[in-house]
Amino acid sequence: MFEPQIMSFLCKWCTSAAADLAGTSRLQYSPNMVNLRVMCSSRINPQHILYAFREGADGVFIGGCHPGDCHYVEGNYKTLRRFFLVKRMLEDLGIDPRRLRLEWISAAEGKKYAETMNEFTEQIRNLGPLHLKELALSGEGEKDE
Amino acid sequence: MSAAPKGKAKKDKRVGIFVCHCGVNIAGVVDVEKVAQKMADYPGVSFSTNYVYMCSDPGQQMIIDTIKEKKLDSIIVAACSPTLHEKTFMEAAKLAGLNPYQIEIANIREQDSWVHHDKERATKKALRVVKGHVEKALQNESLEPIKVDVKKRALVIGGGISGLQAALDIAEHGYEVILVEKNPSIGGKMIQLSETFPTLDCSQCILTPKMVEVQRHPRIRLLTYHEVDAVSGFVGNFKVRIKKKPRYVDPDLCNLCGECEKVCPQIVPDEFNMGLSFRKAIYMPFPQAVPGTYTLDAEHCLGLSPVRCGKCKDVCDRKAIDYDMNETFFEEEVGAIVIATGYDLYSMQALGEYGGEKYDDVINGLEFERILSASGPTGGVVRRPSDGKIPKSVVFVQCCGSRDTEHHLPYCSKICCMYTAKHAMLYKHRVPDGQATVFYIDVRTGGKAFDEFYQRTIEEEKTLYIRGKVSKIFKEGEKLVVWGVDTLAGKKVEVEADLVVLAMAMVKADGVQDLLKKLKVATDTHGFLAEAHPKLRPVESLNAGFYLAGAAHGPKDIPEAVAQASAAAAKVGDLFAQEELLHEPTIVPVDDEKCSGCGICITMCPYGARSLDRERGVVVVNEILCEGCGACAAACPSGAAQQRNQTDDQIFAMVSAMLKD
Repeated sequence: MFEPQIMSFLCKWCTSAAADLAGTSRLQYSPNMVNLRVMCSSRINPQHILYAFREGADGVFIGGCHPGDCHYVEGNYKTLRRFFLVKRMLEDLGIDPRRLRLEWISAAEGKKYAETMNEFTEQIRNLGPLHLKELALSGEGEKDE
Repeated sequence: MSAAPKGKAKKDKRVGIFVCHCGVNIAGVVDVEKVAQKMADYPGVSFSTNYVYMCSDPGQQMIIDTIKEKKLDSIIVAACSPTLHEKTFMEAAKLAGLNPYQIEIANIREQDSWVHHDKERATKKALRVVKGHVEKALQNESLEPIKVDVKKRALVIGGGISGLQAALDIAEHGYEVILVEKNPSIGGKMIQLSETFPTLDCSQCILTPKMVEVQRHPRIRLLTYHEVDAVSGFVGNFKVRIKKKPRYVDPDLCNLCGECEKVCPQIVPDEFNMGLSFRKAIYMPFPQAVPGTYTLDAEHCLGLSPVRCGKCKDVCDRKAIDYDMNETFFEEEVGAIVIATGYDLYSMQALGEYGGEKYDDVINGLEFERILSASGPTGGVVRRPSDGKIPKSVVFVQCCGSRDTEHHLPYCSKICCMYTAKHAMLYKHRVPDGQATVFYIDVRTGGKAFDEFYQRTIEEEKTLYIRGKVSKIFKEGEKLVVWGVDTLAGKKVEVEADLVVLAMAMVKADGVQDLLKKLKVATDTHGFLAEAHPKLRPVESLNAGFYLAGAAHGPKDIPEAVAQASAAAAKVGDLFAQEELLHEPTIVPVDDEKCSGCGICITMCPYGARSLDRERGVVVVNEILCEGCGACAAACPSGAAQQRNQTDDQIFAMVSAMLKD
């Protein structure tokens, strides 16, 4: 079975805390992601996401606070705008935009975090490996299923 | 993109790895020996070990000893979530002489061993996480907290109950307070109230001692008829420009003889009595006003000149009246600012169908307070405004503007259920043969002794509660007719009334919106002050150094306002108890050489920490205001804005390491 590589960028205040809560609650989920904790999801710029794909990620996940709950007032709104931008960039680059996912997961939502991780892993598994280098050489994008 | 650099790691840095077993919590799933072993060979790592409990005393001692012995420049502790023991290991590092910002925590428990069963894959994941942190550590800088002095003096804006309580508490903590009130007297809305629910304490009787205490307190400088004009600076170091409005009467000379008032020919609606009575252009707002002095209202005066009128000046024996006073400005330095600017009532104009603007006998709750008050226009006898008759039927309409998402305000104004019950009760005490009818959506009586009070209003005072909204109020002869609906009976109802009292919603105070903009404090969608965290930081603004008290923050009753004011004062005390403030150094500075001065980062910053230095054409950062979210760093097109110890280079290096086995 294909085990995808997922790069996760988690906001310290909400989604990383939710991941900790999933741990404290011993909720099991597939271990396909590595987490990089940032102060705010708005710290992530499109370059980081594209770089993760280049370095071998089959999927990239960004977790932030729910709208209105941002520790830094409105960082998650900035993230949301960038997210839509990157989705379009991915499409232009021939990468299936479903490989990028943004979720608002609060510190109280350990279960949602675990479920989202399973769901996203499954989704990327269905999309298959990205093979970005081969894609770049062939000049073609990912084929639609 | 292709230039994503990885070359900035200090190759000569000596990194140490400490893998924790956490008993079997980690070691039961992650092969900790293997992680330690593998990491020993990783580029940049000089030392790697594992131990059963890193957070235990011997564990910490081992870390301290090893840092010294192996001359480590940076360490990774692979253990539980950084929210638990990051501080512990930072302190341990300090004891070993290592800068605490050289500590990295790799979370291999909550986000690994506790959530995965597969030992092999969990071990692999742990290795990736630790490697990522090594890459980050190789580029970590040693940082010192940013220190800033604290000016131990507070500014309180607003002289209502919240502002008074905050000022008194801060002063009792031993600090100086400047209390600014824009009106001629302190007292706010509370001084206008008749009696307070649920105890029926006379509002003036319990408030006036506090007003006097504020005036007499040696550490409170009371500035009435003053306004805050501008605020600059940051937490611990604000500069406040204050406007002194001309009172045209010298409070030190005025002996309250009242002769000026007698001769003044100008008659003006009295704000204190909600326009239900009249005052003169030279006036004292109310008998217990603090400071006790007359004020000349220049807007309504015939003209500040003895040629035009000058009657008041002629009769003033004390020569207290001076027409030549002018607005003056002065500057004060404070370390903290408490905002207690209060609220307003939603305008009756917005509910035209209720006729509040058309009919004299449709009044709002605050007007009814004045009618009930012993110091009010009717001396406490309930008389309706139009003809002074005693109303035998009074209809109270709750939720006027509140809880009406479609047309008005979506929120609950919180106090109206209780004050309407109080109004009905007080009305019945004054007019025992009268009928009180209340229209309500729900009755919310959460609060100590609140529900008992409400029950008393129904059972003992025989108040009729009708569940439903009112659609229209109109006049028929001398009577008002209230059309409503009884949703419990499913019927339309029509009630004749002599007086209608509308429980208008509480809204943001209109007169202070400009001020709040100047202070640059965050407000919510309804213009109330926004708290830093709705659960855990309810009395602080997101903007450091600003504290919230009272209804400026949202609808609340007196005890809640007082509690919040005391809490805000305690928070100010916390701030002032420190000799200097320590601010996290992981902020986002600007590299002058790379900055083009485009200003994109300025628009990204929610704290106003960044500004353009026009002379040099680069952005400058106020280190104290920067909270280190990194939104600007992500937006900077030239890479000039880099977050300390989480630079783009560090993120790239971490991503690379974390995606390789």
